[in-house]
Amino acid sequence: MTQLADPTTSAAATRTRGQNPAPERQTLRTEEDLLTVRHAVRAATLKAGFGIIDQTRVVTAASELARNAYVHGGGGTLAIEYLSRAGRTGLRLTISDDGPGIPDIDAALTDGFTTGAGLGHGLGGARRLMHDFEVHTEAGRGTTVIVTRWTGQ
Amino acid sequence: MREQPTGGVPILRLGDVLVTGLLNELDDKSALAFTDELTHRISAEGARGVLIDISRLEMVDSFVARMLMEMTSMARLLGARVIVAGLRPAVAITLVELGLELDGVETALNAEQGMAALGWHQQPPGGAHHDTTR
Repeated sequence: MTQLADPTTSAAATRTRGQNPAPERQTLRTEEDLLTVRHAVRAATLKAGFGIIDQTRVVTAASELARNAYVHGGGGTLAIEYLSRAGRTGLRLTISDDGPGIPDIDAALTDGFTTGAGLGHGLGGARRLMHDFEVHTEAGRGTTVIVTRWTGQ
Repeated sequence: MREQPTGGVPILRLGDVLVTGLLNELDDKSALAFTDELTHRISAEGARGVLIDISRLEMVDSFVARMLMEMTSMARLLGARVIVAGLRPAVAITLVELGLELDGVETALNAEQGMAALGWHQQPPGGAHHDTTR
C-alpha cells in the first residue's frame, strides 16, 4: 500500500470520533452525483462557519476529488465530518473509490499529469486548497483521499 | 432528459456579439454541449465576439477551467474573441491556488466591461444624450 501523509497532521492525530455525529455520506455513481456532492459540501462549509474563500476552496477541492473518483475510480463515496480542535472548526472529506488505484502518486500529484479529461491539476490542486491531505491507494483495491480544512487559519 | 442542446444555457445575439452566461448548476455533460453549441453559433452567425458571464458560478474547477480555455481557443480559430466576465474574487483566488490561471483566456471584471472591451457600446434611448456627470 502506498501512503502519502504528513504524520503530524494525519487524520489519526486529529480524530475526534465520538464527539461528533456520524459522517454524512454521499454516493458518487452518476454525473448528477457530482452536483449533489458540491451542494452537500457547500452546505457543510456554511454549517461549519467557513468564510466565502474557504467555502470556495473546499467545494472546489471536493469537486476535483469527486470527479477523480467518478472518472478514474469508477464511482465511490464521499463522507463529510465536522471536527473541532482548539476552538477551531474543521471539515474533513473522505473520498473513496474501488477503482484500479493510482500507480504512481508522485506523478499524479504533479501539475499537468492527467489520464483523463481534466487539466491534471485535480489531485495536486486539491492538496494546495486544503490544510491536510492524505492518499491511500492500492493496485486493484481502490483509492481513498482524506482532506481537511480548518476555519481561521 | 435535456430539452435544449446547451443544457439550458441561453445564447443571445447582440449585433456581432454573442452573449451567454454559465449557471452554477452546470454539469459536465451540459458544459460540453454548451461548448459545442457556442462554437456552432459563432460560425453560423459570424460572431466577432463572445461574452461569457460567469458571475453566477460559485466554483470553477479544473474541468470548467479546461472548458473555458478550449472554448476560447476554438472561438479564436473561427475568428472570434472571447471574454470571460464576472469571476468572483473567491473563484479567482481558488483558481490561482489550483494552479489554473486560465492561460490565453481574456477576462473582464464584469459583463459591462467585457462588452465594452468587445467594442459594444450601449446607446442611451434616442442616442442623443450622454451622462457626463460621472
